[in-house]
Amino acid sequence: MTGPRPRPLTPEEAQRRRKRSLAIAAVLFTLVAIFYVLTIAKLGPQVLNRPL
Amino acid sequence: MSARSEALQDNRNRDPMTSLSNSLSAGAEPHPATMVVGGEVSDFFALLKPRVMVLVIFTALVGMAVSNVHIQPVVGTISLLMIAVGAGASGCLNMWWDADIDAVMTRTAKRPIPDGRIQPGEALAFGIVLSVGSVLVLGLASNWLAAGLLAFTIVFYAVFYSMWLKRATPQNIVIGGAAGALPPVIGQAVVTGSVGIESLVLFLIIFIWTPPHFWALALIKSGEYAKAGIPMMPNVAGPQSTRRQIIYYSLVLFPIGLAPVFLGFGGLLYGLTALFGGLGMLAFSVHVFRNREGEAERKAALGMFGFSILYLFLLFSALLAEHSLGLFRAVIA
Repeated sequence: MTGPRPRPLTPEEAQRRRKRSLAIAAVLFTLVAIFYVLTIAKLGPQVLNRPL
Repeated sequence: MSARSEALQDNRNRDPMTSLSNSLSAGAEPHPATMVVGGEVSDFFALLKPRVMVLVIFTALVGMAVSNVHIQPVVGTISLLMIAVGAGASGCLNMWWDADIDAVMTRTAKRPIPDGRIQPGEALAFGIVLSVGSVLVLGLASNWLAAGLLAFTIVFYAVFYSMWLKRATPQNIVIGGAAGALPPVIGQAVVTGSVGIESLVLFLIIFIWTPPHFWALALIKSGEYAKAGIPMMPNVAGPQSTRRQIIYYSLVLFPIGLAPVFLGFGGLLYGLTALFGGLGMLAFSVHVFRNREGEAERKAALGMFGFSILYLFLLFSALLAEHSLGLFRAVIA
């Protein structure tokens, strides 16, 4: 079953969607960076103290 | 009434769960008269009330500084960021809920939802995701007391204040002011894992400062609030009673502003700022009381509104300077 086809985006709408997608990507990247940096900060110098 | 306002009014039936459901479905099938395909990134940023976020970061930072406890800089920075995001999320949810009254007030009519640049459902989803995300990351970064306080602040502002108090009682901004006063308490919880007298005093300063600050603005915007059906103090108790209450709150604020000196965490710089700032608040409140007509009334109220912002900024800046730049000189041994 298929619904009515959505109308194509105008160039301006497509550009707005592209900018929103980039912003979401930036937020996700920032979130990954936050968790990475936070993990290192919480582990502290002990992160290097491990049996080799 | 425009099609946009009607659509927003239709969506506001005072039942939060039904309205929430309507908003989410409105996001899927927008009102034909208001159909847009997503807003700009800047529109989403505007939903977070960036100026309020800056104030929240500042007051939370002071809450951290007065605790005099070292915090890992990365943890501190991420925690501050999450407190700001949480505050922004509650602002976003507030804009979602208040879109109908924003549409009829000149000051707020150009906000993204009443202006039709963002659909209510988009704003609701954005606010919920940021609320949950900020609380979780704050809990993981610092501790769950701080995260719990942030969650409480968001719920207090977005649900208790926006959905009930604001439209129900002229004491709306008095009680609702607690949400804006909590960031220093969250800041102290981040660095110490507990809540101490220092942040509670800072909470009290912002809490008592809020009514004279907002009522000064409400005095000159009472027509707008009446149009939107918001029971602000000047509309319910009258301008004269509001002016009197502004003086009462400024009188109470004066000794509370000096409390950090007597409790030993405010030094000479802070003491002088609180002394002259408190006297300034009193002088402006008397000026508002005496000027009741025309342009003089407007200028007096705007003066009070502007000075109240400066007062709070200087008070918190003095504390920050004393505790982070080593400018603390004890007044009471």
